[in-house]
Amino acid sequence: MGTDTSVKNELNTGTDPGVKKPGKRVLKAVLIALAAVAVLALSLWLLQRLLVPKYISSSEEGLLVKEYYSYAGGNDVLFVGDCEVYSNFSTVKMWTEYGITSAMRGSPQQLIWHSYYMIEDTLRYETPKVVVYNVLSMKYGEPQKEAYNRLALDGMEWSPVKRQAIRASMMSDESMLSYVFPILRYHSRWSELKAEDVKYMFKTKQLSHNGYVMRVDVKPVPSRLPVAKPLKDDEIKFADVCWEYLDKMRTLCESKGIKLVLIKAPTVEPHWYDEWEAQIVEYADKYGLDYVNFLKEDVLTATGLDYSTDTFDAGQHMNLSGAEKLAVWFGAYLRDNAGLEDHRGDNDLAAKWQSKIDYYEEMKAAQYRQLEEKGTVDSYWGD
Amino acid sequence: MSFVSFGFIAFLAALIVLYYIVPKRVQWMLLLAGSVFFYAFAGWKAMIFIAVTALSTWLAGLLIGRRAAARDAYLKEHGGELDRDAKKAYKARVKKQTYLIMALCLALNLGILAVIKYTDFGISILNGIFRLNLGYFRFALPMGISFYIFQSMGYIIDVYRGKYAPEKNPARFALFVSFFPQLLQGPISRFDELGKTLYGPHAFDWNNISKGAWRVLWGYFKKVIVADRLITVVTGLAGGPEKYKGVYVVALVFFYAIELYADFTGGIDITIGVAQMLGIEVAENFDRPFFSLNITEYWRRWHITMGTWFRDYIFYPLSVSPRMLKISKWSRDKLGQAIGKRVPVYLSTIIVWFVTGLWHGAAWNFIVWGLLNCLVIIVSQELAPLYQRFHKRFKFSNTKGYNVFQMFRTFWLMGFIRVLDVYRDVPVTFRQVGTVFTHWNWGRLFDGSLLKLGLGWQDFVVVLLACGVMLAVSIMQNKGQVRDRLIRRPAAIRAALFVLIVLLIMVFGAYGIGYDAGQFIYVQF
Repeated sequence: MGTDTSVKNELNTGTDPGVKKPGKRVLKAVLIALAAVAVLALSLWLLQRLLVPKYISSSEEGLLVKEYYSYAGGNDVLFVGDCEVYSNFSTVKMWTEYGITSAMRGSPQQLIWHSYYMIEDTLRYETPKVVVYNVLSMKYGEPQKEAYNRLALDGMEWSPVKRQAIRASMMSDESMLSYVFPILRYHSRWSELKAEDVKYMFKTKQLSHNGYVMRVDVKPVPSRLPVAKPLKDDEIKFADVCWEYLDKMRTLCESKGIKLVLIKAPTVEPHWYDEWEAQIVEYADKYGLDYVNFLKEDVLTATGLDYSTDTFDAGQHMNLSGAEKLAVWFGAYLRDNAGLEDHRGDNDLAAKWQSKIDYYEEMKAAQYRQLEEKGTVDSYWGD
Repeated sequence: MSFVSFGFIAFLAALIVLYYIVPKRVQWMLLLAGSVFFYAFAGWKAMIFIAVTALSTWLAGLLIGRRAAARDAYLKEHGGELDRDAKKAYKARVKKQTYLIMALCLALNLGILAVIKYTDFGISILNGIFRLNLGYFRFALPMGISFYIFQSMGYIIDVYRGKYAPEKNPARFALFVSFFPQLLQGPISRFDELGKTLYGPHAFDWNNISKGAWRVLWGYFKKVIVADRLITVVTGLAGGPEKYKGVYVVALVFFYAIELYADFTGGIDITIGVAQMLGIEVAENFDRPFFSLNITEYWRRWHITMGTWFRDYIFYPLSVSPRMLKISKWSRDKLGQAIGKRVPVYLSTIIVWFVTGLWHGAAWNFIVWGLLNCLVIIVSQELAPLYQRFHKRFKFSNTKGYNVFQMFRTFWLMGFIRVLDVYRDVPVTFRQVGTVFTHWNWGRLFDGSLLKLGLGWQDFVVVLLACGVMLAVSIMQNKGQVRDRLIRRPAAIRAALFVLIVLLIMVFGAYGIGYDAGQFIYVQF
């Protein structure tokens, strides 16, 4: 009888200890679902950190675009372009010689729209007095390889500018989502993971010196260069899209009071054709822009560049010696033509740059050491 | 819009949320709008074809229904005034009229299918026979055309047979024809079955959502991890018959069997799972076909809705058609009872398999594939008494080990017939299969040659492990649905397993740049 009463009471009040209230059940389900979503998100984030390329032992230039954010601010000169920029001008030398603060935003085969959006992105952090654009990429009217897009865009910090840059750059088989969630692009790297992928999951190495990538070894330009192939008809004129972005670059710089300087680096490969030169000269004349072609005999002589000692890959890129010579000449040019000030008297800035100089010297020494020991530079860090 | 795209997942998520928010009476309208949106991704021109099929079939069904209703009303009112012969004559007249409506509808839709899918095949035959040089039209095949036309044909035949009343609302009928989860690769649904749940109303049911999501996830596992990974190997092996002979053909048979199974069943899992999340029940299309002991059983367990469609709408009507009855009588008279009774059955079987082959594709490969299936089935039936004696005589034939042997035998037999799908033509296929016996290069299996086909050893390990999981799940299904057992596990374990499978798919899936992710194979049919 007593048991019957308790059962009745439980039925009346719904307090059966073995049966959870619906509200509690729903709450539990919601909490578990939220926990599952959180675990999924965390796991995906960790996997993404593991799977994205670290650019430590190969394609090291993949580090460049992201590195900019560590030296953003207070730069008078901004270089934009491809390897003809980041391999060829020593930013540290410009400082030590003239007290010019400079930074680079370059990546392998960086196309003009990449460069344009790099400038826009840079303007979110600083407004340089001069933008230097290397014109080689005017020859590419279309993206050449998805990998180059990733090298240029993955490292950019998220902003509307990055979104626009991705939209402008994507090849037909790419998707915006794979930039938002890089695991969608790099998930297949699971089969090629190395120890460095774990080691550098949450840290990285500094490759550049305000964007400049150092190499100290020497590989002279051969005495006989291969004859340049004649241009095909559709290669003579630069593509409309390139002109559009050059116009955008020019008007953007004008609107911000920035001096735009066009350059052509003194690399012998790939060949810079007269037909291309004429178009750039015409454009520079039309809009009153400075244009410096380092391949011109008089400029080349003035820089003191020696192709037998100043290049590390037979004339495609300068080595440290070549990059310093170009920095010395071009620094003077910018000082005289863009009215750049010498900041070496600014103690704060000088202290900041001293640490850059120290790292520069450290890397130089490490590369020379490796060169002496192995006869070659395998690693930018000399390890 | 491919099932294997983030666009589809976003579309599905948005649709499900909306579906359970809108008033229940408009849920089916939302599904129709979603289906139109889904189909529009394949191009608006393709929508014309599906619209014509939906409209013509709906109209024909309505006319047949009205005619039948008028007949019933007339007989009710005037039945007493008519004698038996007059009634019979009246019914026959109406039947003739409804038959004509059905025939016109079938002719129109089969005509569309024939023109779009088979014109170039016909031209190639004419060019071959008469040494002509007629040009090809190369029509783009509208998405899912073979599926939705067959589904519509089933509907109009059922309405004609009086199996159910026609759908009066054209929009509701349009949803039956265009229901997006099954547009890509079926199953071929029946109106009386799908219609029970298609139009709702459906209240939000966590059980449905959960079970549906598990099924979808399982589909993605099979499709993205296994099927799409094996595409590279299959297309490589099939595309280079001069290079890949002997054991490579055996490898192709094996890998294509796995790829097709993972692709097709994966797609169907996604279809059924998506429908379940919407509270809709779609017919099962597979019942673990690789566990079949013989080819007849295999075809009862593989692409079930297609098999039953051909059985109900071609085989049975053909077997009892007046012409076939005449042939039956003739053959019994001339060939004796034993052989004579087989003639109409086998003739119907041959026709059905010929059409089945043709349905799969406009090429001799598919026709020969269909006829080879037919041949094996007929031979099996003829040898059935022999098998029975064998089983009686040898006790081991009832053991599990012997069953495994039978499954193995059926797998490879079906596999060798199935490679007709992937080689460029029939002679090449037969030549290639012949090299299995003439080209002894079995060492290639172990000397790393398979690793030169586009997949690394790691990929093969992933395929192997995933196949192990698929096999384990199939075995577990002996005791009922795995999802039902999963649902009984604690929520935390379920959640952890779900997260794990999502992560496995995200990391080990063959998608994105670097993979030539394939559209579902059956979409092309």
